[in-house]
Amino acid sequence: MTRPSFPGHSVPETTDMTVPLLDVRGLSIALPPGADRPLAVDNLTFTLNANEILCVVGESGSGKSMTAHAMMGLLPHPHVRVAGGSLLFKGKDVLAMPEAEQRNLRGGRIAMVFQEPMTALNPLMRVGRQIGESLRAHTPLPAPARRQRVVELLDQVGLPNPAELADAYPFRLSGGQRQRVMIAMALACQPDILIADEPTTALDVTTQKQILDLIRSIQAERHMGMMFITHDFGVVAEIAHRVAVMRHGRLVEYGAASDVLNRPQHPYTRQLIASVPHYIEHREDHAKVGKPLLVAEKVRKTFHVGGGLFRKSKPVVAGDDLSLTIHPGETVGLVGESGSGKSTLGRSIVGLIKPDSGRILFEGTDLLSLDAKGFRPYRRAVQMVFQDPYASLNPRHRIGDIIAQGPVAFGEDRGKALARARELLAMVGLDGSAADRFPHEFSGGQRQRVGIARALAMEPKLLVADEPVSALDVSVQGQVLELLDDIRKRLGLAMLFITHDLRVAAQVCDTIAVMRRGKIVEMGSSRQVFTHPRDAYTRSLLDAIPGKAWHIPDDLQKAPIVGAAS
Amino acid sequence: MLKLSSSSGDFWKAFARNKGAVFGLVILAGILVLAAFASVLFPGDPWDMATAPFQPPLSEGSPLGSDMLGRDIAAGIAHGARVSLLIGLTSTAAALAIGVTLGALAGFHGGRVDDAIMRFTELFQTIPNFVLAVVLVAIFTPSLTTIVAAIAIVSWPPLARLARAEFMSLRTREFVQAAITTGQSNTTIILRQILPNSLSPIIVSASLMVATAILLESSLSFLGLGDPNAMSWGYMIGAARTVIRQAWWMSFFPGLAIVLTVLALNLVGEGLNDALNPKLARSRG
Repeated sequence: MTRPSFPGHSVPETTDMTVPLLDVRGLSIALPPGADRPLAVDNLTFTLNANEILCVVGESGSGKSMTAHAMMGLLPHPHVRVAGGSLLFKGKDVLAMPEAEQRNLRGGRIAMVFQEPMTALNPLMRVGRQIGESLRAHTPLPAPARRQRVVELLDQVGLPNPAELADAYPFRLSGGQRQRVMIAMALACQPDILIADEPTTALDVTTQKQILDLIRSIQAERHMGMMFITHDFGVVAEIAHRVAVMRHGRLVEYGAASDVLNRPQHPYTRQLIASVPHYIEHREDHAKVGKPLLVAEKVRKTFHVGGGLFRKSKPVVAGDDLSLTIHPGETVGLVGESGSGKSTLGRSIVGLIKPDSGRILFEGTDLLSLDAKGFRPYRRAVQMVFQDPYASLNPRHRIGDIIAQGPVAFGEDRGKALARARELLAMVGLDGSAADRFPHEFSGGQRQRVGIARALAMEPKLLVADEPVSALDVSVQGQVLELLDDIRKRLGLAMLFITHDLRVAAQVCDTIAVMRRGKIVEMGSSRQVFTHPRDAYTRSLLDAIPGKAWHIPDDLQKAPIVGAAS
Repeated sequence: MLKLSSSSGDFWKAFARNKGAVFGLVILAGILVLAAFASVLFPGDPWDMATAPFQPPLSEGSPLGSDMLGRDIAAGIAHGARVSLLIGLTSTAAALAIGVTLGALAGFHGGRVDDAIMRFTELFQTIPNFVLAVVLVAIFTPSLTTIVAAIAIVSWPPLARLARAEFMSLRTREFVQAAITTGQSNTTIILRQILPNSLSPIIVSASLMVATAILLESSLSFLGLGDPNAMSWGYMIGAARTVIRQAWWMSFFPGLAIVLTVLALNLVGEGLNDALNPKLARSRG
């Protein structure tokens, strides 16, 4: 294939303003027979211009990633194929091109950044060589010049010591640094189009902010056309020029970012925006009444990583002097980035982890001083809702059994426990007949409801919810949060709500404790933490919330959620 | 995605997709029928002289020929099928009982218990299987019971390692943690929560182990360490090896029986693997 000179040395081609950079016309992608719908993407039409960021928004299964994969030729051949329509790159149909020409386009003119920086890099190859690969494939540059270009690229994506870093293996880099390497790799051949598929979803919120800033500045500098796939309207508000909203493979709304964000027309867009978690101003401070239900005092836990017969293990401090008080009926949010030790504290309270020192007083009794037998009565009082709705239900047991197993273990009659399970299912918004079915017949949101029913079956006083909504789609997330809030109020439960997402915490918590590197750096009422944060780290977390400048349209704040059950 | 065959129909459909497995199942069924009706098809003791010695196959009264003492080879194979299958199944069952129990305890409890059990397992793994089996049978005079015990003792370690690995990974799954927080006892968690979810790979390797056990038994009998009262394929080959150049059929037909049985079991094992681990099966396209 003949191609013009290496674009890095030539003046960028002036794009004809009448022809959009990318023109998707009536694209349809067929799924194999037996899938839940015949078309993953159904008659999709949109355009992407140079020098703009188009955000494609949708929930899981909406077909947004499929569209990107079709462009990059990444569809799982031969099961999934393009069934119709065209993808015009500068007026030329990519799908009709011969394979070799398509290959030249990919990585050269159109580049892609993936979601999971941990798996997108080859762990056995130095990062410099990985970036150099696409230069070698698409340019005639000799090795020394390639090397120089790699170092330049690493410098441009804001990595420190680029020359040294080029010789590092991926495992030495953090998640944010790897994502920067991925971006450098995508930029290597100065593409006209950059496709980013949820590039910040796997990252912590402060890292997400840095990567978004980087993406935005690089896009503006190079006048690239960018297709940014995301499920998060906060991110959309942060970077989008134009927005396309997808649902079940169809485009439901398409327009300028300010229009879609502030004046959404389609009911689905409105529902999505209404489910974006946000701090609700008028939430009242929780009146702390009576004795504290749970007091954690100076809890300390160190994990020992690695080690063996002849090697010393490396200590990792997960929790250091953690102190926390929960009153009856109060919801305490434990917020922090990954590795901050928030789950360690939660798991110590439910007795899944034994801390090294400190005390956990439940109604005055130190749970840590009890042996297994003495702890057993407290198992009922403290229950947990888990993160992953797909892993937290035994796939071989019926829903009714899953809920009834706890009470049966405490000596309740099986028939009675099963009858109670049906009542609980109704309480969490599921049909009683669900009791006879198996977990794989349910969606993520429904399974999480079952997980909540299982915890409630024990009639607990304290519910520890470990990231209960982080694996769910936004609209389902809203429903599950509402359910938790409702149940908590109805049953007068206290709750420890562990989350990495400050917006979610703001929506459901009375009190918020912010954790960083095994320590609680700030604790106070939601209102105080959100409006007058005292700690610098809390401020940086708040500052990093995507789309904080965007004000959700008033008529969509706390709007009734569409659909009763997820 | 782990799609569980909640109905047996799904399971059979997945199993039948593997043509080799169906073929294996048919052979296995034939051998089972042969073993079940051995005394009807070939009444009398297979050790008794039935015809003249050194009769070639297809001669009068002995379709597969006779051995140097005039015993009917066909009758020996039919009765030997009983011994082979009996030893294969019982020794695998015994190995499963030892291996899965130890592996489950090691994987579930971890720490010191795991260390102790795994060092014990390694003790067995460092000794060559067959040598240990020979020594055990030689010490405890050969009989069906000692042979079964010896085979079980040498073949449980891989099952223990497999069960341990399964238990270790399932132990950290959230549904097991949920079972702990809802106060279920360790026994309940091991038997009701983890074991059913770890069975697929264990069943597959157990089916292959039956084949190995049959081979081990044949090898022991070949060396003259079989039960002297039970006719077995290994014994027949062992006894006929000195006359193999004059009378090929004496060792050929029992050998063929061993090959077919072991092949059938391996095919069935592979089919089970496809049906029980759909993730792997799908990659075959």
